[in-house]
Amino acid sequence: MEKELRLMKGNEAVAEAAIRAGTDGYFGYPITPQSEILEYLMLANPVKTTGMVVLQAESEIAAINMVYGGAACGKKVMTSSSSPGISLKQEGISYIAGAELPCLIVNVVRGGPGLGTIQPAQSDYFQATKGGGHGDYHLIVLAPASVQEMADFVELGYDLAFKYRNPAMILSDGAIGQMMEKVWLSPLKERSKSVPEWATTGKPPTRERNIITSLDLDPNAQEVFNQKLVAKYDEIREKEVRYEEFQCDDAEYLFIAYGTSARVCQKSVQLARGQGIKAGLLRPVTLFPFPSKRLAELAGSVKLMLSVEMSAGQMVEDVMLAVNGKVPVYHFGRMGGIVTAPDEVVENLKSKIIGG
Amino acid sequence: MAEATGIKEIIKPENLVYTKTKIMTDNVLSYCPGCGHGTAHRILAEIIDEEGLQSETIGVCPVGCSVLLYNFLDIDWQEAAHGRAPAVATGIKRLLPEKFVFTYQGDGDLAAIGTAETIHSCNRGENILIIFINNGIYGMTGGQMAPTTLPGMKSSTSPYGRDVAEMGNPLKMTDIVATLPGTYYVTRQSVHTPANVRKTKKAMRKAIQYQKLNRGTCFVEIVSNCPSNWKMTPTQSNKWLEENMLKYYPLGDLKTPEEKPA
Repeated sequence: MEKELRLMKGNEAVAEAAIRAGTDGYFGYPITPQSEILEYLMLANPVKTTGMVVLQAESEIAAINMVYGGAACGKKVMTSSSSPGISLKQEGISYIAGAELPCLIVNVVRGGPGLGTIQPAQSDYFQATKGGGHGDYHLIVLAPASVQEMADFVELGYDLAFKYRNPAMILSDGAIGQMMEKVWLSPLKERSKSVPEWATTGKPPTRERNIITSLDLDPNAQEVFNQKLVAKYDEIREKEVRYEEFQCDDAEYLFIAYGTSARVCQKSVQLARGQGIKAGLLRPVTLFPFPSKRLAELAGSVKLMLSVEMSAGQMVEDVMLAVNGKVPVYHFGRMGGIVTAPDEVVENLKSKIIGG
Repeated sequence: MAEATGIKEIIKPENLVYTKTKIMTDNVLSYCPGCGHGTAHRILAEIIDEEGLQSETIGVCPVGCSVLLYNFLDIDWQEAAHGRAPAVATGIKRLLPEKFVFTYQGDGDLAAIGTAETIHSCNRGENILIIFINNGIYGMTGGQMAPTTLPGMKSSTSPYGRDVAEMGNPLKMTDIVATLPGTYYVTRQSVHTPANVRKTKKAMRKAIQYQKLNRGTCFVEIVSNCPSNWKMTPTQSNKWLEENMLKYYPLGDLKTPEEKPA
């Protein structure tokens, strides 16, 4: 079967891609600006076609725990929410990471803290990339910059989640979720019939019982488990870094931006170059693992780096760690639900060049 | 030596009146002497064994004294976060509708932090079995007040007794879920006397058989004791349970399928 071209919102694209990726179960709760995901799936009613279960839970907390239950049966399961709802899910996400279960979580980020705003923001970077819940763990974090990537990262997210038995997150924002673009949709994939050996499906006489838990009361055993997680995250850092470069080859000034800000910065690169400023853009596609090595290399060839985020400056800390003082690193970005404009970025860069 | 030979002669199939169910593992139970959990576990294990359900059962453990329950029954298990077992069980059952899925939860887990998950899974009529052990106290954390602690009852966080004007009244969760159309069979039992153990086993078997019909949530409360945190001997605690707990939490079926229109 061939790919199908559609005009869709980012949220709708995630929902349709979830069906086509062979998702077994989606558990959600309404919250702006991502409610279209649940609405789209309820209307599509995939239980009649692919057998995919779609359930509206009583809370984000319940939804993520339904994901836990389904994931522990070896199923392809997902949930979605927006910032305040993702905060509620953090307990469950920590348990899922601690139980080493694969699943997909979509965060269509809105401004915070607290109830904040329903407009787009990128202020959940720390929460997504540093753990979010309690304990030492990481999610695999994918940052789509288009409706196309909202669709594509569903399958990529599942692949990585199952490969590493680790929850994966699509860290989107209200702009990508709400805007409409053309999107090529992959053909429908049948739901998997294979059952991972660790899955709880009822103990047959042929195997030992399977226990899905994140509990170990023996400190020595728990530390061994923590070390196992560290080794897993190191392997992910080694093998799964993804990023894109725009005009970095001769760049003297480098923007680092993901998601909506990366779209903005592509235009900023053009504007800056129009004014004779050799700007380039590095767009991290994976936020965890972060493209630290590549940034360290680029620190040898650029004069300055500007992390452009719709936040008070979160990813900028990872950029600083990556370049380790080699070049000046700054942050710029609007907050409160305001999308940064391309010319604002250029003006800010110019002020940093003069200031530097 | 002669004695050992004597025992060997007695161990014959025709003399066998009781044996440990094979669903119980050989792991040492983590419970205090006299605690009702062990009896409740055994009842559950025996029925899973007798009904031949081992290969189709997935249990969900709570957070509380029975957090290590997965060490004691030889079935597939998932450990849930505190209070979330019914949501976890919902996820399992929705994706594996042919399996037997149950939760085993204490009163803090089910009736305090997990109130929403309990009520909503029952309200949706999830085809799961919820086993609710109610001993009126937080056991594992050392005897704090539970939502089910009786009026006037002392605990480490109600050291002068539960003042209902300040702390609210004990929550009768089983009565609440019995009012919901989603529940199919709701019963309250106890394991403080041999007679009650037999009644509980009968009720539990019914609940598990009903569960197979996939007609709604089955809910079995077991009023139990906590000798350590009630600061009593096991015998005293069972007497206290009978005289105090059962007045507030009377035993018997609260809802049977016969009362439910088809």
